[in-house]
Amino acid sequence: MGDTAVTVGTIEPVARSRPPPGIVGPWAWARANLFNSWLSTAITLALVYIILRLAVSLVDWAFVHAIWHVPYSDKGVPDTSSCQRAKGIGACWAVIADKYRLILFGRYPYDEQWRPAICVALFIGLYVVSAMRRFWRKELVLIWIGTLTVIGVLMWGGVFGLTPVSEDYWGGLPITLILATFGLAFAFPLAILVALGRRSTSMPAVRMLCVLYVELIRGVPLISVLFMASVMFPLFMPAGVNIDKLLRAQIAFILFAGAYLAEVVRGGLQALPKGQAEAGEALGLTYWQKTGLIILPQALRLVIPPLVNTFIGFFKDTSLVLIIGLFDLLTMGKVALSDPPWLSFATEVYIALAIVYTAFCFAMSKYSRGLERELGRAHRR
Amino acid sequence: MSDAVADPRTAGARLAPKRRLRLSWSDPIFRSIVWQVIIVGLVVAVAWYLIGNTNRNLAARHIATGFAFLDRVAGIPIGESLLPYNPAVSTYGRALLIGILNTLEVSAIGVVLATILGTLIGIGRLSANWLLARLTAFYVETVRDIPLLLQLLFWYTILQGLPGPRQALHLSHIAFLSNRGLKLPELIWHPAHTGAVIAFIVGAIGTRLWVLRARVRQDATGARPATWPVALALLVGLPLVVWAAMGAPFQWDLPAMRGFNFRGGGTVSPEFFALLLGLVVYTAAYIAEIVRSGIQAVPLGQWEAGTALGLGRGPILRRIVLPQALRVIIPPMTSQYLNLTKNSSLAVAIGFQDVVSLANTTLNQTGQAIEGIAYIMAVYLTISLSISLFMNWYNARIALVER
Amino acid sequence: MVARTGAEGTDTMSQVASPVLEGPSAITLDKVNKWYGTLHVLRDISMTVAARERVVVCGPSGSGKSTMIRCINRLEIHQEGRIIVDGTELTDDLRSLDTIRREVGMVFQSFNLFPHLTILENCTLAPIWVRKMPKAEAEELAMSYLSRVKIPEQARKYPGQLSGGQQQRVAIARALCMKPKIMLFDEPTSALDPEMIKEVLDTMIELAESGMTMVCVTHEMGFARQVAHRVVFMDRGEIVESGSPKRMFEDPQTDRLKLFLSQILRGH
Repeated sequence: MGDTAVTVGTIEPVARSRPPPGIVGPWAWARANLFNSWLSTAITLALVYIILRLAVSLVDWAFVHAIWHVPYSDKGVPDTSSCQRAKGIGACWAVIADKYRLILFGRYPYDEQWRPAICVALFIGLYVVSAMRRFWRKELVLIWIGTLTVIGVLMWGGVFGLTPVSEDYWGGLPITLILATFGLAFAFPLAILVALGRRSTSMPAVRMLCVLYVELIRGVPLISVLFMASVMFPLFMPAGVNIDKLLRAQIAFILFAGAYLAEVVRGGLQALPKGQAEAGEALGLTYWQKTGLIILPQALRLVIPPLVNTFIGFFKDTSLVLIIGLFDLLTMGKVALSDPPWLSFATEVYIALAIVYTAFCFAMSKYSRGLERELGRAHRR
Repeated sequence: MSDAVADPRTAGARLAPKRRLRLSWSDPIFRSIVWQVIIVGLVVAVAWYLIGNTNRNLAARHIATGFAFLDRVAGIPIGESLLPYNPAVSTYGRALLIGILNTLEVSAIGVVLATILGTLIGIGRLSANWLLARLTAFYVETVRDIPLLLQLLFWYTILQGLPGPRQALHLSHIAFLSNRGLKLPELIWHPAHTGAVIAFIVGAIGTRLWVLRARVRQDATGARPATWPVALALLVGLPLVVWAAMGAPFQWDLPAMRGFNFRGGGTVSPEFFALLLGLVVYTAAYIAEIVRSGIQAVPLGQWEAGTALGLGRGPILRRIVLPQALRVIIPPMTSQYLNLTKNSSLAVAIGFQDVVSLANTTLNQTGQAIEGIAYIMAVYLTISLSISLFMNWYNARIALVER
Repeated sequence: MVARTGAEGTDTMSQVASPVLEGPSAITLDKVNKWYGTLHVLRDISMTVAARERVVVCGPSGSGKSTMIRCINRLEIHQEGRIIVDGTELTDDLRSLDTIRREVGMVFQSFNLFPHLTILENCTLAPIWVRKMPKAEAEELAMSYLSRVKIPEQARKYPGQLSGGQQQRVAIARALCMKPKIMLFDEPTSALDPEMIKEVLDTMIELAESGMTMVCVTHEMGFARQVAHRVVFMDRGEIVESGSPKRMFEDPQTDRLKLFLSQILRGH
């Protein structure tokens, strides 16, 4: 066997041998990942113990001993004595069963609540469509404008035979979504202009204005911007002109979001190679042609992951309108708790709210991470 | 040969001629001036309009302007303050100052605790133990998906749901947790303790000098004298000696149950505790991610190169990996510190009286909304500007020198 | 450096060269000076390029050759002296700038193709937006130039899918779609892998043979020998020597040129 020449073209396939036991398989995995050292073993055992204890008591509280319904008196007043007795032992999910429509839709007229429900679905649809890459074209702007208009029509009513509902009665999840989405929609063009202005070398006065705006807003907490909007805006308007509270909060969010988004867009502009702008100039394009056709399409695409992360932050920040008395999802949760029978069941309501927020934010952050991976892969040629 | 002559380009024999402005639309400088005038003019015009309206509205409602209210008596009850305060006598100015101190107090403690917790969790994320890695990942993901305000309300509710002082949870009868707050034993401060602290600072300076001297020795002779004995003596021994010399007092004020509540000891109010807990848990999740990505940012090749050179794990970590990791970690970390400070403003929702809460009360009582909000913004801008300046200085100092 | 005149109209430092070709001048640089702050990067550059002439500019890195060529289409701004391109003087007058940039095409070292557009869209962008051509006409024009650089089949692909040599050829086609009178090349092959340099040089040679006025900053001396009418050597911000390729390579007059040639030819 040793002297014979190898015949080209007939290479024997290597006989596949199985790896020795202990290298693959669940036991091997456990050994490598859970018990690979004394410290690791100790940690694993401690964690397993803690997790099991917590999980058991959590399941016990949340499911086994939980109260799902309470009886109602003839006048519709709930009798929460069973819940009170179970305090500390079982969760009182009956509070959710009783209050979920109030928490979700605020004081919107009961019969018309299908309208905000549809709006919530439209918002979710809008996010999903914007997330899909094949919609990343100029038509997306039209889709946004169209959807937001439809949402406005549905919420306000007054046309197409819909009962008019003034914004004082809006509340709950639609408000959260409106503040976040309209905030992003209007802040985005503002952010692009501010980012471009900040990078302007030929107009130092404009650059200074943009820097002032961004640094001022980013240096102060959102609370102060909301206070400013809710307390100072009425002073800014001529006597007799009233701005509705929702609009004040919306403007505050737009101003706030604009500053943070401007920084994100600026990062994208800085990351773009200078040669792109030069090639555009060499071809004879004007500033706006160059910016609109070459610079912005690339820069914006670069910053989509941080953009999504910033949006997740805004979505959570909408909860701060609790402090200025606007009725978003979190505020409605607190309002629901102010009803005497349900006063002491704050934990259950907060957990339910946390689940709603997590549903939105987790989906968005997972999307953003996946996107980052995908875009990172595409850039590596 | 031509190198021997100085580079004529840098000799500066001739300088660029000045450029004259042409008043024509096709001159780019003229165009930019016109645009700037237009844009700035628009902004100024809008601001003028708003200010005019504001003045009219303020006059119509008989609201004063200016900061004279800072000298008026506040009458605001303040739950906890680091300075002496009497609602009947103290001014708004003092109340607001206490608010600033409260904000700084909760922020400073929060920053320290969040950094410790966040670093531990970040390192846990990178652990080889699958369970630990997954658990910390779950923690980070969940905490970052829930609004901070909701988390604060949740913690506050939990703390208020604790049993009353009589059935308080306790740690071997010296620390108590109830719905009235956390009671801890407090050290009775004695001048000897101040002396010990000063001695520690002196010892720290001395240690630094000693380490520098050791390095000079090492550069000269190659042998590095052991620094730890001297460091130990200066940092531990010196304060101990001073403390002992001044009487060695070590008295604690222990909280004890008297009637319906505890007396003595130090109190951490439920509001402070809830705020601190919420801020630390929330910010630690972000810090964990920063630490994790900082450590991962140092390429494996750096470890390998260090090992190949024969360096031990300690020196590799201290001199090669950590400096590079810190470069990546410190900027976003300071930004998180700033976020924590700004987030402490949510105290107003759970009743802790920080500067936002007190300024809010002030502007409600005096009606001077603009001054109140301006005050809040000025305070936070000062804090964030200081942190930014520090960041810029630090970045410039540690920047990698590149071509 | 002593002034010498050679048989073929060579020049020495900073003197206006008598162009090898007769005819109207496409580019005239007259005592051009540029500063970056206090750094005097272009010192009294004077040069004329005739129509249909092909000039190669070479020199050590940092000599100002890229800066000079970028001054011609005003990607850099000169502070003193005159630059006249195709009869129009380059001043800070924006109208003259638009006219000049239409007639001058540029090919960059790093290609600078627009990665978010297809090859075809890269080429039709400027004709549509600057020359206001209808889309169909622009596409036809683009396809003809893409065929000329021998990659018409890549029209629908994106730059990221092409090799470096193909990308640079697209960059040449993109510049040609504006039908410029002058083409500037700023080290077009320096960023390419060796096996792709030839295809780009072949494209440039074919362009040269069609009579285009070309100013090319490059280290490819073989290309210079084959195609250039004149080679200009720059060092430390000034023109040191210039002449026909044959004379410059075989009989360098100045020490600086001799040193430079010895450094770049060492590798061959």
